Amino acid sequence: MGNPFSSRAGIIVVGVAIGIIATLLQYFGNPPNMGICVACFERDIAGGLGLHRAAVVQYIRPEIIGFVIGAFLAALLAKEYRPRGGSAPLVRFFLGVFAMIGALVFLGCPWRALLRLAGGDWNAVTGLAGLATGIGVGVLFLKSGYSLGRAQAQKPATGYLFPVFMAGLFLLLVFRVTFAEGGPLFFSQKGPGSQFAPVWVSIGAGLIIGAIAQRSRFCTMGALRDVILLRDFHLISGVAGLLVAALTMNLILGQFKPGFAGQPVAHTDHLWNFLGMALAGLAFALAGGCPGRQLFLSGEGDLDAGIFALGMIVGAGVSHNFAMASSPAGASAFGPAGILVGFIFCLAVGFTMRERA
Amino acid sequence: MSTKRVDARGLSCPQPVVLTNRAIEAGAESLEVLVDNEVSKENVLRLAKRHRMQTSVREEGADIVIEIKK
Repeated sequence: MGNPFSSRAGIIVVGVAIGIIATLLQYFGNPPNMGICVACFERDIAGGLGLHRAAVVQYIRPEIIGFVIGAFLAALLAKEYRPRGGSAPLVRFFLGVFAMIGALVFLGCPWRALLRLAGGDWNAVTGLAGLATGIGVGVLFLKSGYSLGRAQAQKPATGYLFPVFMAGLFLLLVFRVTFAEGGPLFFSQKGPGSQFAPVWVSIGAGLIIGAIAQRSRFCTMGALRDVILLRDFHLISGVAGLLVAALTMNLILGQFKPGFAGQPVAHTDHLWNFLGMALAGLAFALAGGCPGRQLFLSGEGDLDAGIFALGMIVGAGVSHNFAMASSPAGASAFGPAGILVGFIFCLAVGFTMRERA
Repeated sequence: MSTKRVDARGLSCPQPVVLTNRAIEAGAESLEVLVDNEVSKENVLRLAKRHRMQTSVREEGADIVIEIKK
């Protein structure tokens, strides 16, 4: 039985669809150049749950919920739902933590780096260069036998956990429960967290992207990795589709504003844009997927990917609470320290986790 | 001619492809790659195609066996 989405044409169609949907989400209210940003939106969820108190980035983003549940449903329909786990979960958790710390120094995941570029934010170029560099280092580890070990099949019900957790978040968003003054949920009154498309638009977009990305295996980290490692241009043709589609849509919708300075939710600190994404890229490469891909995998039953996603959400809390996340003014006081610790951790993982030859 | 066997079950992307590629580049002319999911199967088949090698796929219980030949 063929899978039309796994063809070259399929992956391009999916990339184009993500580019169009992301820019439309901006048009419908999501923050500028942030139609979809997996790192930013997980950070917003962390804020919505009170894991950090950065008042401008708190919202339970339905797109993330949709990604997981859309991928879950698509995997069930395609008979690819397959609970598995046990491949160094704690290592993956901390890879998620440091991936988020790096991403929040740059202010975006690989998807947002592409969307920022498509919106004319040239700072994304240094970010993407850093991303490619970090992935390049990850490829060196992969070539020398890096492995987090094999996952084992798990009981069928374990794979429901992450999608059900996401469904629970959706209920919290819809009913906005309050237990006491100012808690347990937080919703930004201003800033990016207060900018969002209507809930049904966001969840619909998330479900569609979750489903088609699960079928196509769309992955931005994998795209660069496959080019560097294997000269395989399959996944990157989907990334190119996303970029071209988002650029075209931004031109049509009047959302294209070229320049370095004054870009929305971005800063011009080139060194830290580069190093932030380099750390994120290395962590993604060691964990085997970009943040989006990790969500799709967690939907189809990959418990280790679910752990990585939780690591990113917790990492967002750490990143803001410890003043490591950047602001539009530039890198913050402890961002560089976070990057340094992250690199030490990732290099230690890369050098010590090897399959015996 | 002996057939080299690559057991990539339980390994996450891209290790099944890395291991298969390493075996091909080491000169293996005939190999059997064991994987346990569709994604790994698609990726290994794409790799074999880029090396212009013949492939056939069969199922063994829950595993997928990909035979690759020059």
